[in-house]
Amino acid sequence: MGKILEINGPLVKLELPETVLGEQVRVGRLGLVGEVIGRDGNTALAQLYEDTAGLRPGEEAHGLGWPLSVELGPGLLGAIFDGVQRPLQAVWEQSGDRMARGVAVPSLPRDKRWRFVPEPSRRAGAMLSGGDILGTVQETESILHRIMVPPLLHGELLELAPEGDYTIEEAIGRMRLVEGKNSGQIEKLQLFHRWPVRTPRPFRQRDHAVAPLITGQRILDTFYPLLKGGKAAIPGPFGAGKTMLQQQIARWCNAEIVIYVGCGERGNELTDVLEFMPELKDPHTGRPLMERTLLVANTSNMPVVAREASVYVGITLAEYFRDQGLDVVMVADSTSRWAEALREVAGRLGQMPVEEGYPAYLGSRLAAFYERAGRVETLSGGHGSVTLIGAVSPPGGDFSEPVTSHTKEIIQTFWALSKELADARHYPSVDWLESFSGYIGSAAKWWAENVDPNWEAARAEALDLLAASEELQRIVNLVGVEALSSEQRWTLEAAGLIKEGLLQQSAIDEIDSFASPEKQYALLAAMLEIFHQGMKLVKLGAPARRLIQMPLMTQARRWKSQHTSEDIAALKVKIAAIPSDFEKMMLEYEQTA
Amino acid sequence: MKNIEFRTATSAQGGLIVMGGVPGVAAGSRVQLRDHAGRLRSGLVIRAADDAVLVEVFEGTDELDLERTWVRFLDEPFKLPVSRDILGRIFNGAGLPRDGRPPIISADRRDVNGEPLNPAARAYPREFIQTGISAIDGMNSLTRGQKLPIFSGGGLPHNRVAAQIVRQAKLLGEEASEFVVVFAAFGASHADARFFEESFEESGVLNKVVMFLNLADEPVIERLLTPRAALTAAEYLAFDLDYHVLVVMTDMTAYAEALREVAVLRGDVPARKGYPGYLYSDLAEIYERAGRIKNRRGSITMIPVLSMPSDDITHPIPDLTGYITEGQIVLGRELANQNVYPPVTVLPSLSRLMKDGVGKNFTREDHPHVASQLFASYAKALEVRGLAAIIGAEELSDADRRYLEFANAFERKFIGQGEDEDRSVYETLNLAWDLLSMLPGDALIRVSEEELAKYHKGVASI
Ligand SMILES: Nc1ncnc2c1ncn2[C@@H]1O[C@H](COP(=O)(O)OP(=O)(O)O)[C@@H](O)[C@H]1O
Ligand SMILES: [Mg+2]
Repeated sequence: MGKILEINGPLVKLELPETVLGEQVRVGRLGLVGEVIGRDGNTALAQLYEDTAGLRPGEEAHGLGWPLSVELGPGLLGAIFDGVQRPLQAVWEQSGDRMARGVAVPSLPRDKRWRFVPEPSRRAGAMLSGGDILGTVQETESILHRIMVPPLLHGELLELAPEGDYTIEEAIGRMRLVEGKNSGQIEKLQLFHRWPVRTPRPFRQRDHAVAPLITGQRILDTFYPLLKGGKAAIPGPFGAGKTMLQQQIARWCNAEIVIYVGCGERGNELTDVLEFMPELKDPHTGRPLMERTLLVANTSNMPVVAREASVYVGITLAEYFRDQGLDVVMVADSTSRWAEALREVAGRLGQMPVEEGYPAYLGSRLAAFYERAGRVETLSGGHGSVTLIGAVSPPGGDFSEPVTSHTKEIIQTFWALSKELADARHYPSVDWLESFSGYIGSAAKWWAENVDPNWEAARAEALDLLAASEELQRIVNLVGVEALSSEQRWTLEAAGLIKEGLLQQSAIDEIDSFASPEKQYALLAAMLEIFHQGMKLVKLGAPARRLIQMPLMTQARRWKSQHTSEDIAALKVKIAAIPSDFEKMMLEYEQTA
Repeated sequence: MKNIEFRTATSAQGGLIVMGGVPGVAAGSRVQLRDHAGRLRSGLVIRAADDAVLVEVFEGTDELDLERTWVRFLDEPFKLPVSRDILGRIFNGAGLPRDGRPPIISADRRDVNGEPLNPAARAYPREFIQTGISAIDGMNSLTRGQKLPIFSGGGLPHNRVAAQIVRQAKLLGEEASEFVVVFAAFGASHADARFFEESFEESGVLNKVVMFLNLADEPVIERLLTPRAALTAAEYLAFDLDYHVLVVMTDMTAYAEALREVAVLRGDVPARKGYPGYLYSDLAEIYERAGRIKNRRGSITMIPVLSMPSDDITHPIPDLTGYITEGQIVLGRELANQNVYPPVTVLPSLSRLMKDGVGKNFTREDHPHVASQLFASYAKALEVRGLAAIIGAEELSDADRRYLEFANAFERKFIGQGEDEDRSVYETLNLAWDLLSMLPGDALIRVSEEELAKYHKGVASI
């Protein structure tokens, strides 16, 4: 038992001789929870996850004996947790609209019974290790929750419960440990276990990421793909569309589990997700999206220290589902708020700031965090992945600031959002020149096998066109469009067609919001076909002005929102008819030529 | 403890005073100081330890004689007494009457810091508010429960715009406004405060307004309290008494500067431009108090006014605000110089909640598309205008010349309107179509073909 010596904002100095770094503490009459971040002899420095107003020197404090951990088991999906995994729905029901302090509600419901189906091959006497599957719980209609031996345990299975309904605390088995300092000890197995959030969960080995994450967003999938198990960042000034893009990914991507971490952002954005997710159907399984989604929320008005913890809570939950052999996507909005929380604590600890107040370890912390993404061979020999997508909120939209620049070196896919595009309401405002993807090779293989062998070439051609048009636009802005040759004008026009008919994609248009890979490729091929046909004509002497006025140029810009992904047959009919639109002119100019 | 006066100050400097040997003081507790002249000052415990307690003094520590300073620890945070009687009253930044009338007596006293709303308790704002201003309703609409600041600059008519919104804001189909108003001014001039008072008086809503005033020549540190006191009143009106509350706060820049002043005194590590790293979280504590709550009738809609230092939107105050609020209405000098009122610069303006509050079931089916089209066409028109400035308007193509004319008409007729002109959203949308009809139909791909057929009055192509 210890006591409070001093309270300074979220930091509390304690007399707590026996503690270790990272230990959870419960402090004061209110029972506020926090963690030890510094020690000096008999005193410890703790940061609390809740507002410290009202605490007094002299009030008692004690260590809880474990680091910040999360509960992992059935009951996670569809839930919303705060930054230290308190279940917000249950907290709301228990203590009302405002976040009361010191509430202790268990993360997972204790009274709910789950139907546990033991793995048929498991027999008493078998030797089991961490990660081995004990059985399953059908948590939601679309997600089969695998119950695993907690990592690091190794021993003999003494007993496994028969199929039946169990609460998460009831024993579903017993195991005698054979290794380590607890050798010989009998361990009770339950539907859930705990894991410390700052320690990555173990796996057998890293695997190559192979399949692209399909998000249904054309500029992402077709131009700057991300792989399942990859790392991506979305930097952009406020209002550029970071949150909408992450919400679009959370809605439409072909992952099996989506973890949405709202880190220091708006409360209403989480409400938005909570309201639309149950309404929408997963395009890949047809089930309500909420069944595969879980939310972690530390909004901007909630205590900063828990904000720092929230991303670790999120990634640990993601790893847990990965270990079950699932493909998990975690979106974090925004990693900048996490970095700022880090900065705030570092400042209070009196650590030396290096750039813009950030401590020297900012870069290594960011890298270590993103390192927890990846595709792995799990402890039980399956394959699972965590794809990590972080929004970055650079002050003043300046990408050279520390968080953006460090992140840029860590990730492989960079979706840079542009204020100019957002101002003109060109969404998603992903800048086609600033963005990059280091996964083109693997993605090309997948597209070639599954959609069209020409994907890589078509993508490259479209990007070249866009780059060329940028140059041409500079000339136009100096001397006017009349200075361009017909070929140049047509190039400019075709780039415009690609921007408006392909890249621009409205999240709020029911049809346009999601595009299957087939639809994406069909549109890309269509825009290029128009470009080629027109270029042939221009080379024959047709003035670009005439081509630009073809009704096709307007019609093609509307195709994306006229045909759903299920209805691309009709789209393909239109595309097949493109040459006929040019036929008459082609005859005319072939004759004169 | 409340009744004991301690005379153990060991040092005082720049608004902070250290008290020695007062054990068991609660963090965040309110403090009352009595100086040698018998003058009372108030403060807040910002660091508590048994051997030293650090107190922030709102009225500053000037002329304090440590030997003759008596300090009482009131053992509770700053609280505001609330009751129905606050309507029609004027308070100072700390919630004391400044209208010469008696103080509010109520057993219900609330911590001005509030408590964060559980995200699971929020209800998403979806009800369109018609402000009667086309640039807002048509392109950056406001919904009930939204926080939508006005980004402005010195000499721009942000006060007039805010007052016009207060006068005209109502739900679609409502005859008159249902709103009560909480008005908070911090660091504002007497003239600004008087302008609002007169405006409320003229429109006869004074008895539906609560004012919290901390003017430019009043204690700086009290500014940190003013928005919190005002929002405590707003929360009470909205979530206890079921009112729809419109909160107007001016000027957030004065607030942030006060925060910086205090941070420097405390020795906090600065992040950008001397502002402390926690400016974001601190502003969020204020802005996030807007909103709606499930199963409650009332709402808090917030319109903070913020003057951008040197008209720079990337300055930390507008920047961090934009990262928290649900959009921003940006006023610009260029339009103001051309006598366009309200001088709303639409491209950097944004309403993040518009997507969920306009269109088929809310205003009119074509609304989202029309708004998107106006943005796209106007952005293109500005490019053409830039080009015209270089090569001369005569050199423009026919198509480009139309864009130039569109830009001019859009600024004068759509953005520009009278200070007393209260346009219905339908008038706004029809006006938008009049302007879009200046452009050929096939240049308008953000609206649907059906909408073009129904509303577009111009040529299909050129
Ligand atoms: N893909 C999109 N489709 C349609 N509108 C969008 C899209 N992306 C952004 N927007 C618009 O831009 C606004 C701001 O986007 P948001 O994602 O909140 O920006 P950020 O998170 O970068 O500040 C949204 O409220 C929405 O109106
Ligand atoms: Mg955002």
